[in-house]
Amino acid sequence: MSEKTEQMTPELKAFIEEWKGKPGNLIMVLHKVQQTYGYIPREIAIEISSLLDVPLAKIYGVVTFYNFFKLQKAGKYIIQVCLGTACYLRGGDDLMKEFERQLGVGVNATTPDGLFSVEAVRCLGCCGLAPVVVVNGEVHGKLATKDVAGIIEKYRKLG
Amino acid sequence: MAYQSYVLVCGGTACCSSGGDKVVAEFKRILAEQKLDETVQVVTTGCLGFCEQGPIVKILPQGTFYVQVKPEDVKEIVAEHLVKGRVVQRLCYDPEQAKKLVAEANIPFYQKQYRIVLRNCGVIDPEKIEDYIARDGYKAIEKVLFEMTPEQVVEEILKSGLRGRGGAGFPTGMKWKFAMQQPKGQKYMVCNADEGDPGAYMDRSTLEGDPHSVLEAMTIAGYAIGASKGFIYIRAEYPLAIRRLEVAIEQAHDLGLLGKDILGSGFDFDIELRFGAGAFVCGEETALLQSIEGNRGMPRPRPPFPAVKGLWGRPTVINNVETLANIPVIINKGADWFNKIGTATTKGTKVFALTGKVNNSGLIEVPMGTTLREIIFDIGGGIRGGHQFKAAQTGGSTPRSTTSRSPRSARSWALAASS
Ligand SMILES: Cc1cc2nc3c(=O)[nH]c(=O)nc-3n(C[C@H](O)[C@H](O)[C@H](O)COP(=O)(O)O)c2cc1C
Ligand code: FES
Ligand code: FES
Repeated sequence: MSEKTEQMTPELKAFIEEWKGKPGNLIMVLHKVQQTYGYIPREIAIEISSLLDVPLAKIYGVVTFYNFFKLQKAGKYIIQVCLGTACYLRGGDDLMKEFERQLGVGVNATTPDGLFSVEAVRCLGCCGLAPVVVVNGEVHGKLATKDVAGIIEKYRKLG
Repeated sequence: MAYQSYVLVCGGTACCSSGGDKVVAEFKRILAEQKLDETVQVVTTGCLGFCEQGPIVKILPQGTFYVQVKPEDVKEIVAEHLVKGRVVQRLCYDPEQAKKLVAEANIPFYQKQYRIVLRNCGVIDPEKIEDYIARDGYKAIEKVLFEMTPEQVVEEILKSGLRGRGGAGFPTGMKWKFAMQQPKGQKYMVCNADEGDPGAYMDRSTLEGDPHSVLEAMTIAGYAIGASKGFIYIRAEYPLAIRRLEVAIEQAHDLGLLGKDILGSGFDFDIELRFGAGAFVCGEETALLQSIEGNRGMPRPRPPFPAVKGLWGRPTVINNVETLANIPVIINKGADWFNKIGTATTKGTKVFALTGKVNNSGLIEVPMGTTLREIIFDIGGGIRGGHQFKAAQTGGSTPRSTTSRSPRSARSWALAASS
């Protein structure tokens, strides 16, 4: 869990209001929480539990079931390396190793400066560009290990 | 419209990420600068199926097909092709550095294909409902609401022989019939857009390139089974498809094609999106329903089948995106037209995402019964680097629709070659 406590944003509050009466709202609300904070902060989960009237245990159960939701804050830039079949065949695995090597962190870990985390993801549906890496929604396709340094540099410059 | 030419630029995920959006902007800028924007229209389309060679630009009426177009190339295309009518040879697709092919119809990749599901993909602007309507869009829902009873709709789908494209190959009409026969009351229509099999992006491309076809099909299904509410369960990893669906739902609402009293028929139907959250198992229908309800996506044994007890315990039909995209065409052209395509037991076409070590990877649609050999060697252009074919894998979700003379390759989809 992160040290600092997160505050509920007005936008998130409005979203919860809008979805409150709809059955099956929990996952949609959690998507919004993750979009807002980059993870599911415990204090926000507690608030949601009372706002939506669902037990905290159930929220925890859902968050841990779905890979998409995270309990820890990830890096500012999330490097998602596709290890789906097409990407794997064209060297996705090598890209992963190269990112890990250059950033000095393993998969699902964040660099000490909080800038990058590396994740393995399943097929992103743009296999025509295999191997594919997505950084905060931006798709980089047809990569080779020699491109890795450039990608890291690009985002490092953005800070 | 009085346009003399159309510039179609692929706006699918693959082309966008290789710079297609910049190509669109450059065309718009140069055409406006040269005051050609009154005679040439730029259209951003869905996936043209040839993703690896992207960004793809197609020029109508000639049908000229340019590949790997960069913003720097746009000036030349405008000056040469659009102004002087001369094809820019160096940007045409070129398999063996041999003769330059000009029209899309001449590219082997397209010759063996038959497009029903992908009929509008790469042809229309998916963010314009008018484009969909201009190609017979929402004609089927009108026919259904005013000329057919729910029983007749179910009968037509049964007769078409359409089977689910989500994996199990269950006859779609039968599924609808079970749900229709359940006592009246709240029922649900669900579209499974969780496409999770590695290498598969058929559903993504359909949603990105032709979202209205899925909305129209769900509305038809809703009418047939007596549901007033639909959900599309879509992967959160598909942001572009989500956005296009959101736009499409809003447009359909504005024209009275979704919501209360559709087209004045008295039939109400609405569609909401629900996002997946990265659990492969949620593509399985009972797990998917759990997920829509906001729970952990744990599959449960059947029966009861969702058609009897589905979402919140109510009768629910779940269909795959590709299955649904066939529906409006079947209604418009008739079951007898559809069931002449394909094989004795499996009717229609199948969309494949061809990936791996083939020369042309991309999205293809072929009649059921097409052999793997045709897919890999004729459409796919053979194995990369002239290697020998070694093995192929077909996805778990793709019905066994392809046959091959080579027994080793009976299951094919992502390809590996000896290297
Ligand atoms: C593990 C598993 C994963 C599945 N994934 C998908 C999927 O990604 N998309 C899909 O449409 N169907 C998937 N299915 C099949 C669905 O359970 C269901 O049969 C299908 O959505 C029904 O639609 P159809 O009749 O139009 O094919 C999956 C099934 C299993 C067992
Ligand atoms: S396998 Fe990587 S995008 Fe499909
Ligand atoms: S995304 Fe452009 S051809 Fe597929």
